[in-house]
Amino acid sequence: MGVQPLRVVIVDDEAPARNRIRDLLSDCALKIPIEIAGEADNGRHAIELLTACEADIVLLDIRMPEMDGLEVAQHLQKLDEPPAIIFTTAFDAYALKAFEVHAVDYLLKPIRLARLFDALSRVRSMTPLRVDVLRELKSEARTHLSVNERGRIHLIPIDTILFLKAELKYVTVRTAEREFLLEESLARLEQEFLGRFVRIHRNCLVGKDAICGFERATDADGEGHWLVVLKNITEKLAVSRRQQHIVREIGKML
Amino acid sequence: MSINQNANTSALPNFRNLGILLRILVIVDGMCLIVALLGANGTSTLTEGLVDLSALVQPILILSLLVLAASNEWLHRLRYWYSIAAVIALELALTTVVYLLSQYLFSSTGALERYWIFTLLVTGLLIGYFDLRGRALSPALSEARLQALQARIRPHFLFNSINAVLSLIRQDPKRAETALEDLADLYRVLMADNRQLTLLTREIDLARQYLSIEQLRLGERLRIEWDIAGMPPDALIPPMVLQPLLENAVYHGIEPRTEPGVITIRIHGDGNQVRLLLRNPYREQNDHHSGNRMALANIRERLALHFDAEASIKTTAADDSYHVQIVIPYLKGSA
Repeated sequence: MGVQPLRVVIVDDEAPARNRIRDLLSDCALKIPIEIAGEADNGRHAIELLTACEADIVLLDIRMPEMDGLEVAQHLQKLDEPPAIIFTTAFDAYALKAFEVHAVDYLLKPIRLARLFDALSRVRSMTPLRVDVLRELKSEARTHLSVNERGRIHLIPIDTILFLKAELKYVTVRTAEREFLLEESLARLEQEFLGRFVRIHRNCLVGKDAICGFERATDADGEGHWLVVLKNITEKLAVSRRQQHIVREIGKML
Repeated sequence: MSINQNANTSALPNFRNLGILLRILVIVDGMCLIVALLGANGTSTLTEGLVDLSALVQPILILSLLVLAASNEWLHRLRYWYSIAAVIALELALTTVVYLLSQYLFSSTGALERYWIFTLLVTGLLIGYFDLRGRALSPALSEARLQALQARIRPHFLFNSINAVLSLIRQDPKRAETALEDLADLYRVLMADNRQLTLLTREIDLARQYLSIEQLRLGERLRIEWDIAGMPPDALIPPMVLQPLLENAVYHGIEPRTEPGVITIRIHGDGNQVRLLLRNPYREQNDHHSGNRMALANIRERLALHFDAEASIKTTAADDSYHVQIVIPYLKGSA
């Protein structure tokens, strides 16, 4: 019975850093079967790659342009079988303290062969990362939201989102093109993206940049209320009585 | 010329520095006011006394500043005590000349001895003041060296560079060697005594070495444009001014981007000034600027220590680019 090789994905924005890890992995391969399943130079490519290939483990750089490693890790948790994650970093005193607290695996660059070997040998017994721990490690807001659709991860850039609307179990994410269903709480999203969205209703957050204007409407009982007119789509959203003050506040900025 | 504030040695101030000249003007005029106040019995006699005194003191003061600025280099070549004697003799001579001239023109009264005493008092006080100030700044300058060391070169850079060099060792040992040599040079300058001014050309060599290490890591993403044809090659600059700014440019301008970005460095002489302009792409993000601000504060402080009011550093963030502009006085050094 042959041992399945460990399938590893390398994610780092700097080519020399990836080369170095590749060299070290080939050294490790002399002792344990390892197969390099792919390499990515940014977060988006990493997620595409890991959706396409089944990897056991990702060596994930923390500091990368646009989407950092901590965010990539959060999105990867949406996969049906997320790979084990080992973060790599050159220097990040604050993050590392938090990593220790939550027993999150990381390797310091320059990476030592022995440390990498240890980490790889432990992978099969590693406890999976928890999303709430990852959220705690990352202080800034995410640059994208992500949803899993039939095993594929869709990334939705925050600045393309027109509004977020809470339905029974989900939050509907509306972009100019289409809708996505997200399993997160609206209150949490509001807190994370403070300043980007404005609450117009108990169940609805609207992207400030997506607002085109306001319209007065009269409902069936003859009572008047405000509607938000959005860019790019014809759908209009009702502003609740309690949130009427935003019409004036936002109106001033338009 | 080097900054004459080596530890524990006294020296006359640089009489060609605008800040020094301003200080002399303010102090002398302040003393005139005090003398007039002491001799006055009422407001009318106060203004009278002040006018009388100023009629003699102002010409002496202006002439002194001109002569001191002209003889600045000669004075600094003398030993400290000789140079003090020279300054005092000069002042007394100027006082006498202006006094005799005013006697001849306006036949004003008042004994020459009184003006000699006043001149001696003012000159002594100023020399004492500049000596004390020099001593106070001297530890500040050695402190500046330490700050330059602490504030600059992020640990992030060191570890990433070592990592990049390690990755080269197997495939390209020659490039790895060069990279390690560059890194060693960079740290040698960083840990050296950075109190003395250095040649701008040396600072540029250092910047190039730094950038070639960054190029190793970032490859195509980092593009550099040098525009230094109009630079006076013998100009002097405090060491480690350019490198920290370039490090900021890389850290905040290039690293957060996936697409390539250009850093532009423009240096040119402009009369008796040298202007340095750095530009890098920049996008306002919720990213941490504390490192950036620390470097800028450090450079601003060191420029002030060396050049007083004659140097300035200014930053502007335009739509998608970040500019740093430095103006320093053009001091000539020898290679």
